[in-house]
Amino acid sequence: MDKLLETVKVGIADMNIVKTPNLIRTSGLGSCVGVVVFDLSFGIAGLAHVMLPDSSLAKGAAFNSAKYADTAIRELVSCMSKNGARSSCLKAKIAGGAQMFQFSSGSDLMRIGPRNVEAVKKELAILKIAILAEDVGGNSGRTIEFNPKTGKLNIRTVNKGEFVI
Amino acid sequence: MNFIKKNISAMHLDVLKEIGNIGAGHAATALSTLLNKKIDMTIPDVRVVSFEEMMDMAGGSENVVAGVFLRIEGDAPGSMFFVLPLKQAETFIRALPGCIVFKAEETPYSELALSALQELGNILSGSYLSSLSDFTNLSLFPSVPMLSIDMAGAIIGTGLLEISQVSDYAIVIDTALNEESQSDGDSVKGHFFLLPDPESFQIIFKALGVLDHG
Repeated sequence: MDKLLETVKVGIADMNIVKTPNLIRTSGLGSCVGVVVFDLSFGIAGLAHVMLPDSSLAKGAAFNSAKYADTAIRELVSCMSKNGARSSCLKAKIAGGAQMFQFSSGSDLMRIGPRNVEAVKKELAILKIAILAEDVGGNSGRTIEFNPKTGKLNIRTVNKGEFVI
Repeated sequence: MNFIKKNISAMHLDVLKEIGNIGAGHAATALSTLLNKKIDMTIPDVRVVSFEEMMDMAGGSENVVAGVFLRIEGDAPGSMFFVLPLKQAETFIRALPGCIVFKAEETPYSELALSALQELGNILSGSYLSSLSDFTNLSLFPSVPMLSIDMAGAIIGTGLLEISQVSDYAIVIDTALNEESQSDGDSVKGHFFLLPDPESFQIIFKALGVLDHG
């Protein structure tokens, strides 16, 4: 343990990977979903802060693959493979997808939380990555931190305290 | 960032600043009447920011705030936030007549306190929006404002959804209101964030006669 413990921060619509003994975290997940993909035996984990369910929603010219569930997870997995993770050993934990505001009239965008969760699960199923644990839905924001050594995902909320999945 | 670079000039930013000025000016008057106190406002800040910077403007994505969020419907749709740090939400409720109990540390919050905060957001954003509507001659009406007390990132993320489909940057019109002659910790200090939907900028500029790309 000569290396200093470091926490890699992932912003909104962003992704990154981390190796032991470092941690990876993202804060303020609302309707966004935090997807952690990891290979425990190798001590490597990737985290994506997904904002929207489907890259077909993209209207602009500039394209950020970390923003959409489908492209973010694919990109994350390929990035981890390049860094030594074996795709057959990958597991996932997910958190987020809350509904922060209850709109009665609700356009589709207002129900984005559940749609994000659905899209993330679908994409993980396509890539045959098992979801070991999840904490999704509800209506509180979450800050999550993952330790690739233990495989524990720490979740902090404002109203419901802190717990580990 | 493309659509912003292409279409927004310095003059446009000035026009947006004026929008923030007029809207928040009216909101400040409303707040002043409500609390029977002098209210100061800052000069509006119009910035093109990344989503992450937007969170920082509200005190960081993990910072707990009381946020009132509403959708603007009508000619120029958009999103609007009134964000109040939790400590200041407490100060605000204490300044209201009657004795509503609200402590930042004590959850769950009382229904009455939440309702009071929601009403605050309703009054302020309503006066912001109606002055904006008069100024631009556009028909703008608010959805029912929603209140959430949670991490700033989680709250503001919701308002960024529309814009996130088009861009990784948002144009934010930010104005802060302060209670006059008070130390920072004790005063009511809130931020207005106005986030027009991407296609609304042209409509606003057209309504104000500054559509020409400089």
